[in-house]
Amino acid sequence: MSRATLLNTALFLMLPITALAALLLDEPFIITLATKVAILALAGVGLNIALGLGGLVSLGHAAFFGIGGYAMGILAHHAQTFTPLMEAPFLLDGTKSMPVIWLVAVIAGACAALLIGALSLRTSGVYFIMITLAFGQMLYYFAISWPAYGGEDGLSIYVRNGFPGLNTLDPIQFFALCFALLALVLFCAGRLAAAPFGLALSAARQNPERVETVGLSPYRLRLLAFVISGAITALAGALFADLNRFVSPTMLSWQMSGEIMIFVILGGVGRLFGPVAGAALFILLEHVLGGLSDFWHVYLGILLLLVVLFARGGMIGSLAGREVAHD
Amino acid sequence: MSTLLLIEQVLNGLQFGVMLFLMAAGLTLIFGVMGLINLAHGSLYMVGAFAAAAVAGATGSFVLALIASLIAAAAAGAIIELVVIRRLYDRDHLDQVLATFALILIFSEGTRWVFGSFPLFLDIPDLLAGPVTLPGGIQYPAYRLLIIAIGLLVAFGLFQLIARTRIGIQIRAGESDREMIAALGVDISKLYTLVFALGAALAGLAGALVGAIQSVQVGMGEPVLILAFVVIVIGGIGSIKGALVGALLVGLTDTLGGVLLPGFFGTFMEPSAATAVGSSLASMSIYILMAGVLLFKPTGLYGSA
Repeated sequence: MSRATLLNTALFLMLPITALAALLLDEPFIITLATKVAILALAGVGLNIALGLGGLVSLGHAAFFGIGGYAMGILAHHAQTFTPLMEAPFLLDGTKSMPVIWLVAVIAGACAALLIGALSLRTSGVYFIMITLAFGQMLYYFAISWPAYGGEDGLSIYVRNGFPGLNTLDPIQFFALCFALLALVLFCAGRLAAAPFGLALSAARQNPERVETVGLSPYRLRLLAFVISGAITALAGALFADLNRFVSPTMLSWQMSGEIMIFVILGGVGRLFGPVAGAALFILLEHVLGGLSDFWHVYLGILLLLVVLFARGGMIGSLAGREVAHD
Repeated sequence: MSTLLLIEQVLNGLQFGVMLFLMAAGLTLIFGVMGLINLAHGSLYMVGAFAAAAVAGATGSFVLALIASLIAAAAAGAIIELVVIRRLYDRDHLDQVLATFALILIFSEGTRWVFGSFPLFLDIPDLLAGPVTLPGGIQYPAYRLLIIAIGLLVAFGLFQLIARTRIGIQIRAGESDREMIAALGVDISKLYTLVFALGAALAGLAGALVGAIQSVQVGMGEPVLILAFVVIVIGGIGSIKGALVGALLVGLTDTLGGVLLPGFFGTFMEPSAATAVGSSLASMSIYILMAGVLLFKPTGLYGSA
């Protein structure tokens, strides 16, 4: 096994080991932290498909994260207040069932990514960064000014949504569910990168002219990658809202986009397990530095600056060697 | 909707627009000359506002406060250029985004550390606190008129600087071919620091001027930064003229949208629903404007491909 594979295995096993140890020591808060890492890593894996594979620097992924969150919030809100989602043209009720909520979140995220991507991908480079950021902000302000679902205050859900056969209120069971989803998505993302689509997408990042010459459309490849990326991030958003039993416009804010990007970068761009390492490091820092000082973002900023300026492969890149080229 | 109110709102839109121009001009210069996307530009806006509030609090002089905002923002800009930014010029945009995002974290939390979380207040000087009567009997705050005047003056000065001075020639040359002007003996790294400090000073001035209307607080820069991005995407990145046109378009759309849209929906909807739909759409209007411009001109109104 190469060092990278060894490191990936260790990283991957670290989460359930931490959660099980916390269970044995009766530390439910640590389990919640591990769950948070798994969910944020999932969001990072989503972004990494656009960023690492496609080379699309999207600074608006909080849009999809928040859409997932609101999909959960709106459906559960209607279910807990016993008001139908809509009456005409047909009656539609809210739901407290996670699989349904996930499906809605994924579809909503994919549709939003299709719309935003179709417009944004007409441009490239720094325009693309600014436009994705602007569309993210557009949804943020929309959520704030739309009073029906809490506006600026957000929506609270009293009881966590259910999953058939599991008691999701038990921290370790909810962790297992989130971790299983992360594992599934990691597996699919790994297959995707090695599939003809993933190879063509990587080629479109490295040399779009050549890809076009062999008869593939870089625009369509990138758009599909953006849609998949948005859908996965939305799924993470639905889980994150369920973890907190709360959704607010903060999930749509551009700081959130920046944080999701930080997970990917701290771990290493284009590395399959990069977001897992990045999210774990981020939560660890938040927990340790946040305990030392109220102003821990200063240290986070300095660390991020050092990683960007001097350790360009991120954590996995530094530990496993052999830098993955990104451009 | 009376004509007087409408004219007043147009003036508000203009005032907002020229403020956005001060932000966008620096961003677009920095991008045009150095090819750098600077997310920390909003932090420089905040630095200007805080410097102005602190100096105004200590001395009571508004003019000194404005000068302090220019100096503090330019100094902060020069320092981050020398320490961080210049390592980023030949990096890809992703690295630039991340490093400047890190700078935002450092600036925001650092400012919170020094000044605390509570907003500061910067008072408008007494001389300008009242309204003036414009031809046609419109009462309009003198201070906002001053902002419009300063903004237009700065825009004029900037165009003159770019078009007529030696520095301007070097800036334009740097935009088209940086190796060539370095080969011709221009100290390119000094020029970059200068351009960055100039952009920072403009942002700081905008922060101080707006700080007197709104409150001076941590995080005040980022919403303006994102609007400034929308402005330069609409105007075309690297074009000062585009920044001016884009800023005025965005300023007017945002202000008039907020006033007119609820009323427009009120003509055929019940009032509460009309307010909700109208204000939601108004908050999205500039982004819709941006999407519209991009559909027809992907590089913005004055951008080169």
